[in-house]
This record gives sequence, C-alpha cells and structure tokens, in this order.
Amino acid sequence: MAEPAAVSEREQRILGIIETARAKRGKFRDERINMAHGAGGKATQSLIEGLFVPAFGSETLTAMGDAGSVTVDGTELAMTTDSFVVRPLTFPGGSIGDLAVNGTVNDLAVAGAQPLALTLSLVLEEGLAADELRAHVEAIASAARAAGVEIVAGDTKVVERGHADGIYVCTTGIGRRDPRARLAPDSIKPGDRILLSGSVGEHGTAIMLARGEFELGAEIESDTRSLWPVADALLDAAGPGLHCMRDATRGGVASVLNELARASRVAMLVREAAVPVHPAVAGACELLGIDPMYVANEGKLVAFVEPEAADAALAAVRAVPGCEQAAEIGEVKTEPPSMVLVETSFGGKRVMDQLVGDPLPRIC
Amino acid sequence: MRFVDEFRDAELGRALAGEILGAVEPGRHYKFMEVCGGHTHSIYKYGVDDLLPANVELVHGPGCPVCVIPMGRVDDGISIAHEPGVIFTCFGDMMRVPGSNGSLLEAKAQGADIRMVYSPLDALRIAKQNPDRDVVFFAIGFETTAPSTALTLKRARAEGVPNFFCMCNHVTIVPPLRALLDSPDLRLDGFIGPGHVSTVVGARPFEFVPADYGKPIVIAGFEPLDILQAIQMILAQLDAGRCEVENQYKRVVPYEGNSRALEVMAEVFELRPHFEWRGLGFISHSGLKLSEAYADLDAERRYSVPGVRVADPKACQCGEVLKGVIKPWECKVFGTACTPERPIGTCMVSSEGACAAYYNFGRFAREREVV
Repeated sequence: MAEPAAVSEREQRILGIIETARAKRGKFRDERINMAHGAGGKATQSLIEGLFVPAFGSETLTAMGDAGSVTVDGTELAMTTDSFVVRPLTFPGGSIGDLAVNGTVNDLAVAGAQPLALTLSLVLEEGLAADELRAHVEAIASAARAAGVEIVAGDTKVVERGHADGIYVCTTGIGRRDPRARLAPDSIKPGDRILLSGSVGEHGTAIMLARGEFELGAEIESDTRSLWPVADALLDAAGPGLHCMRDATRGGVASVLNELARASRVAMLVREAAVPVHPAVAGACELLGIDPMYVANEGKLVAFVEPEAADAALAAVRAVPGCEQAAEIGEVKTEPPSMVLVETSFGGKRVMDQLVGDPLPRIC
Repeated sequence: MRFVDEFRDAELGRALAGEILGAVEPGRHYKFMEVCGGHTHSIYKYGVDDLLPANVELVHGPGCPVCVIPMGRVDDGISIAHEPGVIFTCFGDMMRVPGSNGSLLEAKAQGADIRMVYSPLDALRIAKQNPDRDVVFFAIGFETTAPSTALTLKRARAEGVPNFFCMCNHVTIVPPLRALLDSPDLRLDGFIGPGHVSTVVGARPFEFVPADYGKPIVIAGFEPLDILQAIQMILAQLDAGRCEVENQYKRVVPYEGNSRALEVMAEVFELRPHFEWRGLGFISHSGLKLSEAYADLDAERRYSVPGVRVADPKACQCGEVLKGVIKPWECKVFGTACTPERPIGTCMVSSEGACAAYYNFGRFAREREVV
C-alpha cells in the first residue's frame, strides 16, 4: 500500500482531472437521441454545446442566455422560444396552456426583458376532444392576460392519431430589454448573494403525483406563474447591482446553479438549510429518494445580486404576492471554479453536481 | 419533517462526532465497511465522513443492487426487451447500466418498449392495461425488495394475469458478505450492517460475522445520526473487547426479521445454485429464481436468452471497489474514461454506487477550502 501522503496527492490529482473534465464543453457523441437528451442535465448540455451552438454559431446563442438579443433601430429586444409536451395535460395548479405562456414569459423576464407579445403554434393529435382543446385555449388566453402579453400570431397542425400525445404547444416570445441592469452569466461576481424567489420542487412533484404512479395523497400544486413581477421588483430594488437571473425549470435549482457556475467560471456555495421546501414536497421527495433541488419549478427564479443590494432585493421579492418565502440561499465564491457546493444541514459539505439521468420525463 | 429531521440534527451530530473522537485510540487506524449502498449514499449526501476523525476510514461494501448486476444479465434483459410485443419494465437506475452492447436506455431509443417503473406493482398494472402484450419486470435487489416482487407475482397469479412475467435478479446478502470475509486482501475492523435488508431477514443471519470471523457488526439506519451512532457502537465493542451483532435500528428492525415476508419469498423463489456478481464472480447460493410453482411466470423460461457470461471490461475495477479493496478514485478509469454520463462500471451508475456517490458528491471539500 502507498504511503498516506502519496495517496492523498494522487486523490488530489484525480480530483483535478475530474474538475477539468466537468468544466469542458460538452461533446455530442451519442448514436441516437434518448430521453436524457431532453432532461436538461448533462446530455442536454452536450447536445446544445456539441451540436447546436457550433452549427448556428451566432454570438447571442454562444452566450447561452434564456433569451437571445435582437437590436432594432437602437431598441434592444429579447426573443425566446419554448415547446411544451407535458403529460398529463392538466394537473393540480395548472395545465399545458399555463406552462406554454408562463414558460416563455419567464425566459424573457429572467433575461431582464418585459414580455410584450407571443406567437402560438399547436400540434394537435387526431381525435382530440374539442372541449379539451377549448379548455386549453382558454387557459392560454387567461394566462396571457395575467402576464400582460398579447398573442399576435399562430399556427395549427394536426397529426395522425398516435403521432402526438393530445396536444403539443410551442410559443415564441418577444420583450423589451429593461435598461435598469445588464444581466448576463459573466456578470456574476464572487461575493454576489444568491436569492431564490420561493420554495422549490412544487411543479415537478405535482406532475409526478398527478400521473398517479405513486399512491401518495399529498396535495401539491404546480407553481406555474409569470415571473415578470419578481424580475421587475428585483430590477427596481437592485438596479445595476442585479447581475443575473434564471428560472429554475427542468433539473431544478441545482441544474441552474451548475449551468451558471460553468458559464461564469465561479464557485457557488449553497446553504441547504436556507432553501425553502414545502413540507409536502419534502415528504414526497424523501419517499421517492429525490433531492428537491433537482425537481422542476415553473414559477421560481434565482437571482445574483451584489452584496450591498442583497437585503433590499430580498425584501422587494418578498413583497411580491406569492413570494413571501423568498430567501438568500448562498454566495458566489472564487474557488473551485465551475463547481456548486452545498453545506448540508447536517454540517458536512459536498458537491451538488449536474443531473445525469432523467428522474422524470415530459414535465413541461 | 417529523421522524426524519430528528435523525439529521446537526448539533447532535457534532456531539456524537465528539464522542467518537474521544473513543478512538490515536495512532490506530480503523476500517469499517458499510455493507449497504443506502449507507454509502447517506454518508456522501450528508457529509458524514467530514465529521469523523482522520483515522476512522469507511469502506464501501457490495450492497448496491444495481452495481452487482453483471453485464451478461443486462444483455439478457435487452434481448427480451427486443422480443416482438414485449413491454420491458425496470427501475430507473437500471436503464443506464451498460451491457456489452449498450444499455436499456439505448435499446429504448432503438425501438424497444422499455418503461421505467417505481415498483413491481406498476409493472403488473401495465400488464393489466395491455392484455395483448407480454410485460416483463426486471427484478433486482436484495431481501429488501424481493418480498414486493414476490407479492406482485402472487397477486398476478391470484388475479389470473396471463401476460405478466418476471426476470429475476434478486440476490441475498449473506453469501457475498461471507465471500468478502473469506477474501485474503481485505482487512476490516467491523461492519455497519444493512438496515433495510435486516427489516426482512432480521439480525440473526449476521451472527456468523462475529462468531466465525471475529468482527463486530452493528445494524444501522440510514439517517446520518444512525450511521454515526453505529460507528460509536462498533468502537465501544472494540474498546470493551466485545464482538457481537448489535441492532442500532431497533425502531425498524426486529431481531427475528419479518416472518411473513420470509414466508412469501420462500413460496415464490428458490436459490439458484450459483449467481454471477459484478466484479465478485460466481457466488454459490447467492441468487434467487422463481420456484417451480411460479415457473410459468419466469421470463427466462418464456424467452430464450443468450445467457452468455460477459467478462467485465478490463479497465474496470468495480470488483475491487465493491470489495472495498480500493477507493473509487483509485480505479484506473475513475473520472476519466468512466464518468456518470459514460459509465464503464456499474458502481458509476446507481446513486448508491460508491463511484457515482464519490464523483457526484465529491470529497475534496474537506481537503480544499471554498473561498
């Protein structure tokens, strides 16, 4: 056996290799698409970084924000698009219609852009009941009203029975970049505080329970909502002290923090005990062996705010109805770069890595 | 969360850690094996080893149900999954385990109808919903999960579900533990015994550990305080010169086990003469198959499977990791060729696998400051 000191040196070297590997751009080497490519974790990242970005290579795409930038006669616009394939179509707290509006609105909001208008594409499966379609259309209309956006164009396709699952929705959104802050992953600085706009894991858990695969009686509703009021409050309270925002959808807060840590080459330290989790969500996740930090949200954002502005920013978020549980959950650090670490509530420390597998497909 | 948070109390953890520090002899190196993958996961998840003195080393044992499945069995499963009309069901972790020619997840992308389930009853439900298809459940796990597979098979029989079949990969905990203790390259001071398995088999089957091999074993729960307390109990045995089976997990584990679960298992399963374990090779009487009375539900009888023994990849050292001979990071391919995205060995797949736990949760935080 090697001397203890030599062993530890070797362990360090191997950990170094792993760190380098983690920070590398993903390569897309799979022979076929499998479900993990849609899960928002490492496989998705390899697809985006290894295939899409190199193929299209536009500057705004390379920045890997939630929304791209288009400047028209000096006015900076943000543009984004999203498809929705959730199963079941309706679940406690919302439906595919709510997700389709709020998902795109939120991608604009966290890019610091006030959502203005959406386009709507529907792929319908032959045999879909008209009443069901009507209900989803009404949900889209009312979510759009609540979010203050107009639906300005649309498209409909129908495919044979069995070629889609009821209804797929795609929305594209456009918004005006807010001048109060310049938001970008590379604006994140060591020392920044990490704010979270509320409790985590409700959407994913609600979907899981709505599928009826587990006979758990917990009442958990999806948190789907427009995040523009939260983004607006943050922009107001922190101004240029607000450095970046992300909505924590697929893969949850853990995945968002990992993406940003990689993009901005900083470390992040999260205090597990500070992360708000609804007791029913905590209970369901405990039973299923899932960490709520990796469970999807549809109405929660994380924000990076410079330390001087953090208290005011948190107070402003908490004043938004429905965000009373917002919390400061951690801090941006320098070392080790591109890594997210957790201080466990038990007092230990560990890495909070990106998700590899797919705990739950088709949640949005 | 009541009944859970109490076992994760950081202050109690620090107090226990203090007592452990007081109980160890400086200059002596202690090596304890946690047999069960659930313990490995908890140790990393909560950073339990951060709280231990430097001379107390935890060695990860063979008790991860996914990790011990050999490649040949994955190939057999994939071959059944590709049979026309079959719906193949398994637990999520199992989907990513590499066979000699890809994983179940890749077979699914190639067109096999493979579905992830959370319990064997889910698979039975799928069978009832698809009466014109054969539904095969790929059963894995120790005595912890075997009773639920057994009950599902009994229910399938009772309800007359004709299209439900089981490919049985259930294993038992005592034979590999004995094989480990017989292995000459292993030097351990004591065992943290498997909590979940013991809820079924009880504590009695582990009496051979102190009796035949002179090692203390403490059956433990899965919360961080459970694990710390078990370590403290092993140290107390060593200090007092005792060597016995102790039960830290009394709130769940009865000494005699769960006789009803054992009866159901005895009815539905019988021991295979031998079963191959990933990295450990063939171990006699360590695997279960369906008994003659349930032979008509046995997927391995309904379909001809290749049944070819596939050697583990040369570079893979899962066997040494499962035996606790080397640490995950001491494996030649750890973190380079073998990563959670592209696992070579099973230990890198399951969240209970020592390599995946080590890779995902890291340990460097102890050696390196976060600044």
